[in-house]
Amino acid sequence: MQGEKCIWSVGIGMKKKISAEIAEKRELAPDICSMVLKTELAEDAHPGQFIGVYPGDGSRLLMRPISICDADREKGIIRIVFRAGGNGTKDIASFSEGDRIDILGILGNGYDTAAAAAKKVILLGGGIGIPPMLYAAKELKKAGADCVAVLGYADNKLFLKDDFAAVCETLTATMDGSAGVKGNVLDAVRAHGVEGDIIYSCGPMPMLRAVKQYAAEKKMECFISLEERMACGVGACLGCVVKTKEKDHHTHVNNTRICVEGPVFAAESVNI
Amino acid sequence: MNTAVDIAGVVLKNPVMTASGTFGSGMEFSDMVDLNRLGAVVTKGVANVPWEGNPTPRVTEVASGMLNAIGLQNPGVDVFMERDLPFLEKYDTKVIVNVCGHTVEEYTETVMKLNDSSADMYEINVSCPNVKQGALAFGQDPKILEETVRAVKDAAKKPVIIKLSPNVTSISDMAAAAEAGGADAISLINTLIGMKIDINRRSFVLANKTGGLSGPAVKPVAVRMVYDAAHAVKIPVIGMGGIASAEDALEFILAGARAVSVGTMNFSEPLTTIKVIEGIEAYMERYGVEDVNELVGAVG
Repeated sequence: MQGEKCIWSVGIGMKKKISAEIAEKRELAPDICSMVLKTELAEDAHPGQFIGVYPGDGSRLLMRPISICDADREKGIIRIVFRAGGNGTKDIASFSEGDRIDILGILGNGYDTAAAAAKKVILLGGGIGIPPMLYAAKELKKAGADCVAVLGYADNKLFLKDDFAAVCETLTATMDGSAGVKGNVLDAVRAHGVEGDIIYSCGPMPMLRAVKQYAAEKKMECFISLEERMACGVGACLGCVVKTKEKDHHTHVNNTRICVEGPVFAAESVNI
Repeated sequence: MNTAVDIAGVVLKNPVMTASGTFGSGMEFSDMVDLNRLGAVVTKGVANVPWEGNPTPRVTEVASGMLNAIGLQNPGVDVFMERDLPFLEKYDTKVIVNVCGHTVEEYTETVMKLNDSSADMYEINVSCPNVKQGALAFGQDPKILEETVRAVKDAAKKPVIIKLSPNVTSISDMAAAAEAGGADAISLINTLIGMKIDINRRSFVLANKTGGLSGPAVKPVAVRMVYDAAHAVKIPVIGMGGIASAEDALEFILAGARAVSVGTMNFSEPLTTIKVIEGIEAYMERYGVEDVNELVGAVG
């Protein structure tokens, strides 16, 4: 990784913990919560980056890393869409419009959308890996890239699908076959004969492994966004690392920090 | 009003420092925390060579605390001296370098490399519960601890703090052993060994199975151990374990700690150290305390 990939430098803004107002809150599907936050952090928000959101219950000490689904720098808003799966995210989802929540950001590196400007980008989002692909699609379109989104769901609760369809060509896959192609995102890619130059992908680890292998076979550039349990979010605790092919420039071992050097990595640079 | 404290001849402008492993080398938090305000920065443990640490998951939250099993991943002392120490030299704060190792030789090799550096003191980690070979073993047997401390002291040209494990039967015996070996100060507590099980997957949450418990959940245990240790030795005691506020820090000071460290709460609120410093000053003003040293061990 040293000196070749991951050299983009988006989002070098100062990190801070601040309070943000929940301007809008909606449930998009069972346990899938959408929140629009009014925050100055929007100024530095790039696709693929994330924020730390603190539960309201003080006995839950750690922030929950949640990807940025959309942002408007001028309006100063960030949208997050997350699954209220564990007790911490359920706590966060229990806040109401008008409440203030503590957030830490902007965190992580993000996708290098400018470098993809003249290319065709395939966006692959699976499950709760779908939300960050929306902001990526919007910024890619702005940069002049041609993109297609392939979204993988468990069933026909196709959250965010209409948001994507307003931006780019959008295809779907469902594991139960109730909508789109039956199967996963790669089944949909094959069924529709989707072709492109670069893959951006976020989703569960088995999906990312398959996507990495698919890109290698097709000799396509591929960037994936990883998730791991985190404590600090700023690179201090070394809780959220992933194994790397080469020695990492910061840690000097074959481990790199997902919260700082990631969460977006060139797929071939990480051993997943 | 005097907030300065003296630890083995090193004067800290106030008694508040960071706990090793929760603050990186200071660089990671320097966007958010003015390092010039801190009594000292205690850096993440370094060894003679780079360590890869444990597999993930390495961290998980528990009620009012967290478990970690990082496994002391570090870039090695050479990189630390080239990159991290020069960064810290720019700040008006004391630098305490936490040193880890699997063997006595590894500790002494690292210490000798650091002897001519800008580090102000060493904190020797003889108590990490997450490293299989060595480390904790040095911190659980008083005889081995005393010998280890003596070897490190022979190699060290700077004051040595020994960081003690709470995973022992008698913390007083361990504190006394560190002092007998020539330690200039002791710090405690390191984390308590814990475990969390994922009932849906029927497996351990942490890849290491066990991890060190830290955060407000451990504070009463830590205060008791600091109290016991402070009564067992004459050397300065540095107290830590779940400090989230000035009130928490003052409990440790009144129990006998001359300085305190903020650890896990740096993750929850990056400005905890600053709030603790300001809160201690406010407390001193409220009660007309001229010198923070008057409070050290004032209870009991």
